[in-house]
Amino acid sequence: MSAPLLSVRDLTVQFRTDAGWLTAVEQVGFELGAQETLGIVGESGSGKSVTALSILGLHAASTTRIPTGAIAYAGQDLLKLPDRAMRRIRGGEIAMIFQDPMSSLNPVLTVADQISETLMLHQGLDRKTARNRAIGLLDMVRIADAAHRVDAYPHQLSGGMRQRVMIAIAIACRPKLLIADEPTTALDVTIQAQILDLLRELQTELGMSVILISHDLGVIAEFARRVLVMYAGRVVEAAPSRALFRQPMHPYTSGLLAAIPPLNHDVTRLSTIPGSIPDPGRRIPGCRFSPRCTEAQTECREQAPDLVSVGDDHFARCPPRLHRMRPV
Amino acid sequence: MSAPIVSARGLVKDFPAGPDRTLRAVDNVSFDIAAGETLGLVGESGSGKSTTGRMLVGLIPATSGEVSLFGQTVTGRGGDARLATVRNRLQFVFQDPNGSLNPRMRVRDAIAEPLDIKGDVARADRAARVAELLDMVGLPAASADRYPHEFSGGQRQRIGIARALALRPEFIVCDEPVSALDVSMQAQIVNLLLDLQERFGLGYLFIAHDLAVVRSMSRNVAVMYAGSIVEIASRQALYAAPQHPYTQALLDVVPRPDPDRVRKPALAGEVPSMLNRPAGCAFAMRCPRAEARCRVETPALRDIAAGHRAACHLV
Repeated sequence: MSAPLLSVRDLTVQFRTDAGWLTAVEQVGFELGAQETLGIVGESGSGKSVTALSILGLHAASTTRIPTGAIAYAGQDLLKLPDRAMRRIRGGEIAMIFQDPMSSLNPVLTVADQISETLMLHQGLDRKTARNRAIGLLDMVRIADAAHRVDAYPHQLSGGMRQRVMIAIAIACRPKLLIADEPTTALDVTIQAQILDLLRELQTELGMSVILISHDLGVIAEFARRVLVMYAGRVVEAAPSRALFRQPMHPYTSGLLAAIPPLNHDVTRLSTIPGSIPDPGRRIPGCRFSPRCTEAQTECREQAPDLVSVGDDHFARCPPRLHRMRPV
Repeated sequence: MSAPIVSARGLVKDFPAGPDRTLRAVDNVSFDIAAGETLGLVGESGSGKSTTGRMLVGLIPATSGEVSLFGQTVTGRGGDARLATVRNRLQFVFQDPNGSLNPRMRVRDAIAEPLDIKGDVARADRAARVAELLDMVGLPAASADRYPHEFSGGQRQRIGIARALALRPEFIVCDEPVSALDVSMQAQIVNLLLDLQERFGLGYLFIAHDLAVVRSMSRNVAVMYAGSIVEIASRQALYAAPQHPYTQALLDVVPRPDPDRVRKPALAGEVPSMLNRPAGCAFAMRCPRAEARCRVETPALRDIAAGHRAACHLV
């Protein structure tokens, strides 16, 4: 890969709680090239959203600390960037959409106002020009009758339409990177398909890189070329999509794939991962997944494993599986 | 099918929507559920599936239509009195275990509350029954002393299920019981519900939007769209040979964990507003096969094969 657009290295994020500093993300690293699509998949508390919010510097400074890490974007470390410079990047070069468009949109402003705000702020357009551009952007996100809909308020739109408006705001400044955090989770399955199709088309049209965060392995398989699997704040596996789904190398990834109910055949019971998702406050020694892992050995419970290469561009954090693959 | 324990005939629910307007959330829904069997009710937001589940057990009154539970007609004149006689045999499990458990009540009391309300359980029996219920749903006995917030989402759903089982019901409406859970927790709860069904011969109405989850739970499946059942069949028939264009489209667009699969293009349009219901088939405006009469004439749900019904002019 040529110089990546974004490179996250050794990122650790901690939040202040009543019980002290809680580690939400630990030593996360990945690279993303221009026009590439990265999927980050994980369950609640895996740290996938915290990772994304760190890229945009959206954590509250008073309760967050980042003891290690660097986020290199276009030759600068975003973690060291002053607020003013970060504001130019956020919404301009790197944009983000969230799960719930209703809570991200301002209920008392029209669609035109909300899209125009971004354009006036980042590109210095006057109100009238911004409004016309807003109509053009609604066309781009395939909202029919854009010239009329631009004056609607969020509550007058369906969930799918609201997410289209969020996407219009996100692409208003032609970002180089779009971070989509569970963009279809709140939507019905037929609308989800529309939004995924739209994101894919816009990615090609605008030449954006996309980071798609989802708990849904189906959505990830459909959209991402490369995938990170996160568990309890760490990346447990990173691989090209096909390798990840065909030959998962971490027991958590295998377990998660097996637990998805099949659509094309009947089963008498689903395959399960024993135990519960760990409480973020709980410190688990060794491999974070070891208490739930059916393949865990003594070493897994004692020493935190490293993310090591297990194949072509394929990394996993599981020594027993690695030993089985390459007997010493 | 053996004699149904639950049947719905022509269920309708209208909600007032401003002066002189009503919103028909459920329109002419009929189905039967036999003892120990599961009917999966699948549909998108606003399809009327939850409203149907609530009407079925009397949580909200039906506008018209008939519900029979264990041979008692519980709708219409005198229905409430007859519902009271079968009330203990019915239960409801909700989507959000947070919203349905009192945060200030210990797990012991939350689970035993139905017993307390019934009021004929001795103190020693109560403790024993709570321990037994916790064991049934796979929670340690020590959970009884703890509060809901000390548990994960999956564990809270187990508590909700234990509470539902307290009075030994024969039929449970499960309204999106795994939708709020992560995949690894979802599979555990699906298996738990299947185990409990086998053990106690429970009948379920299993309401969900996830077609794959519904397949793993159900013997028969009904697909709802805009307030009506558009297709109902055994799960084998519905998933292997879906007949209604909406069912086909739904199955086509479910994302699957297979990077080589090329999904069909998304269905255009959105579910019509229930306030401006289009004439004819509610799905016609999005249907790739719709003809002129689909936009005029409402298709009836009719038999297209043994045990397989669809509401479409074209099948």
